[in-house]
Amino acid sequence: MSATAPRVALRGLRKRFGNAEVLRGIDLEIAAGEVVCVIGPSGSGKSTMLRCVNRLEEPSGGAVEIDGQDITGPGVDINAIRSRVGMVFQHFNLWPHKTALANVALAPRKVKGLSRAEAEKIARARLEEVGLADKADARPSHLSGGQQQRVAIARALAMDPDVMLFDEVTSALDPELVKEVLDVMRGLAREGMTMIVVTHEMGFAREAAHRVVFLDHGRVVEEGPPQRLFDDPHTERLRTFLGQVL
Amino acid sequence: MDKFARYFLDWERMAQVFPDLLREGLRNTLVLSLGAMAIGLVAGMVLALLAISRRWWVRAPARVYIDLFRGLPAILVIVLIGTGLPLSGYRVFGREKFLYGILALGLIATAYISEIFRAGIQSVDKGQMESARSVGMTYLQAMRLIVVPQGIRRVLPPLTNEFIALVKDSSLIFIIGISVGERELFRVGQNYTQQHGNMSALVAAGLFYVAITVPLAHLVNFMDKRLREGKRTTADALPAGAGEHA
Repeated sequence: MSATAPRVALRGLRKRFGNAEVLRGIDLEIAAGEVVCVIGPSGSGKSTMLRCVNRLEEPSGGAVEIDGQDITGPGVDINAIRSRVGMVFQHFNLWPHKTALANVALAPRKVKGLSRAEAEKIARARLEEVGLADKADARPSHLSGGQQQRVAIARALAMDPDVMLFDEVTSALDPELVKEVLDVMRGLAREGMTMIVVTHEMGFAREAAHRVVFLDHGRVVEEGPPQRLFDDPHTERLRTFLGQVL
Repeated sequence: MDKFARYFLDWERMAQVFPDLLREGLRNTLVLSLGAMAIGLVAGMVLALLAISRRWWVRAPARVYIDLFRGLPAILVIVLIGTGLPLSGYRVFGREKFLYGILALGLIATAYISEIFRAGIQSVDKGQMESARSVGMTYLQAMRLIVVPQGIRRVLPPLTNEFIALVKDSSLIFIIGISVGERELFRVGQNYTQQHGNMSALVAAGLFYVAITVPLAHLVNFMDKRLREGKRTTADALPAGAGEHA
């Protein structure tokens, strides 16, 4: 682990499902504290790429490195890696049989081995950060979509991750609930969290990302600072895509 | 009609056999079914977890067991174990026929209950496992803390059905020859009927079965309705009749 290693690096990452080649060799480095938004048409492989970073999908080829360590190699403790990589899902995936507080406190207790009191202290602090301190005892079914997603963010943050992965986290939300979630993410970005954000929110990508990556057919087609990509797309495919979504 | 009443509804004979039915029959029927249920719940959960393994050589033995014990008539299993084991020298319970009966019923229940659990576990949204793994939980932690608790709630109705089936099937263990004091409801009624050439004792035994099973069946309907109308959106009903006895 050299000090100069990127926080996350994808090296020739490939993924196939049966005969379908979803990722065709992706090379990407994300520095500590960097916010990278990944955009692209549906089916372009964005979510699959993100899910390879914590090996919810097993890569078919290439490597995923975190702080210089290849996490696809044999003998890697994937649970230890995952406890440092937070993930937020499109459909929240909160645990419906547990309160908001228990959702956030569970991993610190069971994975980090903290006491209940310590874990709940962390959980309350994280819920406070996402503006839901007063919802600690509510079950997910009693929360709005936006609130549920903020609890999900708090749950990932409770493990004190080095990287946060966001997988289309506002796509399942009613339009009026999108902002409260994006606001929490903006706050995280300001605090220097390393974030990989798969999103359809072009406004968010433009203002919050340090870098935007455009994926199509399992390849990185274009990448660069948001202003450059959005205002001066170099490739026809990006131009077409932006024409469709903006 | 008079004759019918004399043979089937002789209140005096019913009253005579009532104490034996209550003290010996009911007690033993409940011990048999609860004992078998306990075996079935524990072994059934283990078997269910094996049956959903991604490794075929873990799945295969579980599948064979389940198919075998669901495919055989209960009475055949009871005789093979209750008479066969002691006869062939495998006197695991000495001469305690009663315990062989519990074991036989338990082995059958295990097959049905594991299928109930499997259906319940598989009905839990895939995202629940993913979000649990994403915070660093091991597969078994995720199963134990997140997936299984949700799956179990949904299978309370079919589990209750399985218990009803056990209460009725426990009547079959008379076939392995149990002694006085160990007789369950059916055997108590049958003995009396044979001695007096009158069916009323068996009708009385039947009333006992009905007194156990009918309230339970209504409890199942009630739970089913609650789950269907459930406040929790995740409480999707299982396919009707999952794990039901053929």
